[in-house]
Amino acid sequence: MNKYSQQRFDVLVVGGGPAGMAAAISAAKSGTRVGIVDENPSLGGQIWRGESSTGSHSSEAASWLNQVNAAGVTPLCAKRIFHQPEPGVLLAEGLDDVCELSYRTLVLATGARERFLPFPGWTLPNVAGAGGLQALVKSGLPIRGKRVVVAGSGPLLLAVAAYLCSHGAEIPLICEQSSWGKLVKFGITLFGQPGKIAQGLRIKKEIAGAPFSANSWPLAAHGKNVLEAVTISRAGRPEVVKCDYLACGFHLVPNVELPLLVGCQTRCGYVQVDDLQQTTVKDVFCAGEPTGIGGVDLALVGGQIAGLAATGQVSEAKAVFHKREKLRRFARALDEAFCLRSELRSLPASDTLVCRCEDVPYSRLREHTSWRSAKLHTRCGMGPCQGRICGPATQFLFKWNPDSVRPPVFPARVENLAITTAPQQSIPAVTGELQ
Amino acid sequence: MSSEFTITVNGTPVSVSPGATVAVALMIAGRPCRMSITGEPRGPLCGMGICFECRAVVNGIPHSRSCQLLCEPDMDVRTDE
Repeated sequence: MNKYSQQRFDVLVVGGGPAGMAAAISAAKSGTRVGIVDENPSLGGQIWRGESSTGSHSSEAASWLNQVNAAGVTPLCAKRIFHQPEPGVLLAEGLDDVCELSYRTLVLATGARERFLPFPGWTLPNVAGAGGLQALVKSGLPIRGKRVVVAGSGPLLLAVAAYLCSHGAEIPLICEQSSWGKLVKFGITLFGQPGKIAQGLRIKKEIAGAPFSANSWPLAAHGKNVLEAVTISRAGRPEVVKCDYLACGFHLVPNVELPLLVGCQTRCGYVQVDDLQQTTVKDVFCAGEPTGIGGVDLALVGGQIAGLAATGQVSEAKAVFHKREKLRRFARALDEAFCLRSELRSLPASDTLVCRCEDVPYSRLREHTSWRSAKLHTRCGMGPCQGRICGPATQFLFKWNPDSVRPPVFPARVENLAITTAPQQSIPAVTGELQ
Repeated sequence: MSSEFTITVNGTPVSVSPGATVAVALMIAGRPCRMSITGEPRGPLCGMGICFECRAVVNGIPHSRSCQLLCEPDMDVRTDE
């Protein structure tokens, strides 16, 4: 039997990335008891994941981590929330324990994940997400001297390429599916955001020499049991590139499963919030990527507003609305610049697996007209990831909308499910069209 | 930082640095984390605990997401082989 504990907070923040940390710090200023829960071994989220070899963080991340500690916030790391047995209570599973976390006010800062698109060979070992490979390198994977093709879409590609270069990787090619026209337009919107320009210039310096190709995407990954090469459609022409790793992600999708579990309404795939970051559920706030993909600066401001509003510091929250408005322009520019081109819908071959958990090929899915039908007949999305990988892929490939979510929102151990005896409330279906 | 230590992967010792995750140890060992239901080898994809491709049996606990688990001396890791 796992260890069982109970903790009570005035404000519980779920997600230890920039939005969650900012929310926790702001909420703690009111003198209330604040907890922050994250599934990773330490706070920072994906963008501020520390280096395993040194334990070090960037100076910006370190400063926020220090503020969390100084604010007296209780960190609960390596714990993943899987169930809401009743409103105001969440259950989190650790390696060998389960915690009942109760709260008066909840701030959801669950972040985003990469969107993966299926193409022949994408299931080979050493084909990973762009952010995924960076996370693995930060977690100790030796990359010096390795050849890494970076592909997909979004500003993350350049940041990852720069990181890998600075750690000794060789980058034979960076492929962005978007067009030069859209990228130039995006570049222009960065004027007026000096921080973004400085970041861009630093990245440009770090990836010096790595060829960047727009209008380019992976057609197939090759190898016997492990990746050996990738065929790229490079500005219209196929090109085979030998590599040790393919770091490939097609921009980001929000993690809205937990917000849906607690009953929050979504619109166009994002959690609906008002000016104070309050969701459609009383005393539940949301900030960061689940409310719109906008990057770290927007997440910090959104988190700050959520944390202040969650503790009644409304005038302080209103005082930073103008910062958020400016950063939302960047978010809108991101959406336009890295919108996926329709040619990517023809990447999978008939036998390309779309659902990696249940090994469901493209040919079996295209017979269906909805996500529900595909799930019921093929088991697509029914494996351990619960459709977190194939759901966004089928959303793009077939324009299917996901179903409602059901508890447990992550696979949990049977003995931990056994303590969830309270009756389940009904979960609202997802509403609105998804992109 | 302190020096490297070993864990065992399917009974074979693998040397890792402090702070390395189990997923990284499996990649260093050149082992797939799991075999898919149709027998394909799989390695980590998302690196952040979402995709479950890196799940392995760690110290007897099945379905452990190895990318979110730090290596500890003498840890016993088993994959489908």
